[in-house]
Amino acid sequence: MSRHTGPLWAVLAALVLPRAGAIEEEPSGASQGFQIVTFKWHHVQDPYIIMLWILVASLAKIVFHLSHKVTRIVPESALLIMLGLVLGGIVWAADHIASFTLTPTVFFYYLLPPIVLDAGYFMPNRLFFGNLGTILLYAVIGTVWNAATTGLSLYGVFCSGLMGDLQSGLLDFLLFGSLIAAVDPVAVLAVFEEVHVNEVLFIIVFGESLLNDAVTVVLYSVFESFVTLGGDKVTGVDCVKGIVSFFVVSLGGTLVGVVFAFLLSLVTRFTKHVRIIEPGFVFVISYLSYLTSEMLSLSAILAITFCGICCQKYVKANISEQSATTVRYTMKMLASGAETIIFMFLGISAVDPLIWTWNTAFVLLTLLFISVYRTIGVILQTWILNRYRMVQLEPIDQVVMCYGGLRGAVAYALVVLLDKKKVKEKNLFVSTTLIVVFFTVIFQGLTIKPLVQWLKVKRSEQKEPKLNEKLHGRAFDHILSAIEDISGQIGHNYLRDKWSNFDRKVLSKVLMRRSAQKSRDRILNVFHELNLKDAISYVAEGERRGSLAFIRSPSTDNMVNVDFSTPRPSTVEASVSYLLRENVSAVCLDMQSLEQRRRSIRDTEDMVTHHTLQQYLYKPRQEYKHIYSRHKLTPNEAEKQDKEIFHRTMRKRLESFKSAKLGMNQNKKAAKLYKRERAQKRRNSSIPNGKLPMESLAHNFAIKEKEFELLDAEEAPDYEVEETSGGIEFLANVTKDTASDSPAGDTGSDTPLTRPSSPRRGPPAVLQPPHPAMSPPASPAQSSRMPGPGAHARSAAARRVHSRRSFQRPRARRRPELRKLASLQPPGPAELPPLALEQEETPL
Amino acid sequence: MGARSSHAAVIPDADGIRRETGFSQASLLRLHHRFRALDGNNKGYLSRTDLQQIGALAVNPLGDRIIDSFFPDGNQRVDFSGFVRILAHFRPVEEEDPAMRDPKQPEPLNSRMNKLRFAFQLYDLDRDGKISRHEMLQVLRLMVGVQVTEEQLESIADRTVQEADEDGDGAVSFLEFTKSLEKMNVEQKMSIRILK
Repeated sequence: MSRHTGPLWAVLAALVLPRAGAIEEEPSGASQGFQIVTFKWHHVQDPYIIMLWILVASLAKIVFHLSHKVTRIVPESALLIMLGLVLGGIVWAADHIASFTLTPTVFFYYLLPPIVLDAGYFMPNRLFFGNLGTILLYAVIGTVWNAATTGLSLYGVFCSGLMGDLQSGLLDFLLFGSLIAAVDPVAVLAVFEEVHVNEVLFIIVFGESLLNDAVTVVLYSVFESFVTLGGDKVTGVDCVKGIVSFFVVSLGGTLVGVVFAFLLSLVTRFTKHVRIIEPGFVFVISYLSYLTSEMLSLSAILAITFCGICCQKYVKANISEQSATTVRYTMKMLASGAETIIFMFLGISAVDPLIWTWNTAFVLLTLLFISVYRTIGVILQTWILNRYRMVQLEPIDQVVMCYGGLRGAVAYALVVLLDKKKVKEKNLFVSTTLIVVFFTVIFQGLTIKPLVQWLKVKRSEQKEPKLNEKLHGRAFDHILSAIEDISGQIGHNYLRDKWSNFDRKVLSKVLMRRSAQKSRDRILNVFHELNLKDAISYVAEGERRGSLAFIRSPSTDNMVNVDFSTPRPSTVEASVSYLLRENVSAVCLDMQSLEQRRRSIRDTEDMVTHHTLQQYLYKPRQEYKHIYSRHKLTPNEAEKQDKEIFHRTMRKRLESFKSAKLGMNQNKKAAKLYKRERAQKRRNSSIPNGKLPMESLAHNFAIKEKEFELLDAEEAPDYEVEETSGGIEFLANVTKDTASDSPAGDTGSDTPLTRPSSPRRGPPAVLQPPHPAMSPPASPAQSSRMPGPGAHARSAAARRVHSRRSFQRPRARRRPELRKLASLQPPGPAELPPLALEQEETPL
Repeated sequence: MGARSSHAAVIPDADGIRRETGFSQASLLRLHHRFRALDGNNKGYLSRTDLQQIGALAVNPLGDRIIDSFFPDGNQRVDFSGFVRILAHFRPVEEEDPAMRDPKQPEPLNSRMNKLRFAFQLYDLDRDGKISRHEMLQVLRLMVGVQVTEEQLESIADRTVQEADEDGDGAVSFLEFTKSLEKMNVEQKMSIRILK
């Protein structure tokens, strides 16, 4: 862009700086003596304009997302192109010269690498390599097929004379075919990300668009050199050379990427003392891989893709958590920004009458041929593939694959690179490419979503109306993935096993820090055995002592009770405050609104239930693992969930193991354990107030939803209604709670304490034990209960943690200053350690 | 896959199993391969521990329930035919006219009803033919994240049972279970494409 900034400056001057023109005429630093303020526009001109464009693009993104309706229907890429057209129009109107176009240099050196690196670094490796064969077939054969057929057909039509007189030969058409054939990684992702198709389909199209670069580059350079040579002088040797060069370019590029990934991993292993520049290495070295392979005229995209793919595991293990976050965010920012700019500039570049050469037949036929031949290619290849693939690609998938073949900026940049002297019809090619890009990105991008919906591609399902369906549906998903695991047929296991062996024995040892090596993924493998060992030793200890008394000791049970009941007072308290308020303001209400409210409460309750389920049902593997998104960073919920479930499973297995061994009452035991687990987790829960779900939560919800200002006045009638419908149950609950609480000595002190301070929404802050209400703390607790190899017998340890927690409340009450501290400070993990330490001493 | 047909003889009673489960020869071989891979010490059967070794199952909330379903009636081991029989529930349903089928023959294992029955049995721990509120609650506990409180779970369980419960006995019978899911495409949802 910067190269073309000269003329624009007048535009900017006209638009932004009314007086700039005058100043520029007398270059600064003239001999007028010392000036206090000088206006040195041309010093900053280039970077300034670049930054302005970036700013405009980013602001545009903000504006687009102000309206969900628009972005839901129109893909962002299409919006950006249109914006670019408008901006280009403005620039043109002001200047009459297309000052800004997307130059190949900028595109290939600055805009493309971050996007591709991002794709590589966040590539779902397992899925990618599982489908590598398919991806390669589509990328290589498919692209060659597309290029050849499109070029030849166009040439054929040209020979028939339909296109009129063009100064092109067969080779020109083949050259054009080769650059228009490749599916574009930027465009594909931009659209597919918004259409949630199933993962296999996604990875195939996405992978294809990344890997076909090698083919495009080779075809492009081969045909370009042929064109330069002139059609007559091309010999068979040249053709063979071309084929050889394909292997060299692609494998070479991959190799460069792998080598640099190795380097990168190795470097990050030793960055312990320079944490602050750690993230930099990731970018610098990957970028170097890109430049290196560009220098060697290998496939740069492949290089940086594979650099990202190969290094991700080791880098993530090596660098600190903060650095990893930095890398993630920076990468997303760069990629997303680059994508934005690319699309905007594609639009801007189109506003230049100089490049437009119209040839209806050529343009329309190109559009027709690329769609038709892609369809044919996909169908043929899929037919072959389906004979070998475990997971069949169904007709619907094929339709999406055909339709998802978007062309984009790569094609445009390549076509701009053509030499006008050699390729006479360059302008026609450029304008056709632009049309093709716009057509595919805007039209197909717009319609692919409805198409997918219409075809009902296996998508991640959104919402189910009934609780049963929702719950069982999710259960089915889990069942299915479990059966998949048992039948063990996802992909090429043999190779994967070999690789993971090699990785564990050699690569990880070299490339990962020692600490990382230990803590990494072997946990799962080793854990089971460890647990069994623990269990055995635990049981053995029990037998040694003669009984399992220490397991069932009354103290433990007591603690369980205390623990379980602690959060309950909130209910009691809440009910008390309800009652109080009811007395105050049960005066003014008309029946209609009451009726309405009752209904709304029902609805809200339903909503709450659905919402809770929606949010907290564990997600099946398919939904959480493999999805790549350029614009979003999903926190690693998956890991957390895995830990949670794993933890539970292990505990249960341990329990059943013990009970099998000793004939204990398993159910009772499990239930107890379970209660404790829940109760403790609830403390950390992120659910508002941690109150009773049915009544209080619904109330809360209703209030929040409707934003009543006068809570008290509105609240009372509500409660009355609730009283009539679910009142008995509710009261029963309350009394039960009170009863179960009193032995623990909680209620007595609690109610008076909290009532005055917390009229309505207060309870959570004050009532909650010093452990603040927040979601992350689940993990500290969790991790503390995930003993490492050397840790204590697990259940014993778990017990201790539990009992530790159970003392929280009483202690807190005994120490008012602590409580105050807790309620004053914003809840954050920071206050965990001291508290945890405090409690640690108590039970021991 | 046909290349491995020389191993077919290894599988005991391969034809009988195929007839019962409907698996193709290739799938059966593949499964047998898998079976032997899981069978750590070449015992010829799988024990609970063998299945528990599968790492992914430990992070599946219903993993252990599914393992249990391989060991009905308190068995401690499952042989190949038992193993395959369970997996056969997840075979995709072929598009065939139900009228064409011999009515005397038992319903194939992968029919909608059998798929549902398999799921139902995962819920119905005490095998009384009904999912009680308690059983529902247990499943919910497995499947819902720790952030949800016990009370909320109970309320959800109540609602779920109420929603499906038509005769008002406070539990979900198999009939009610199927009814509550009649809109769902169970055939598709409970099928694995690779199990043919």
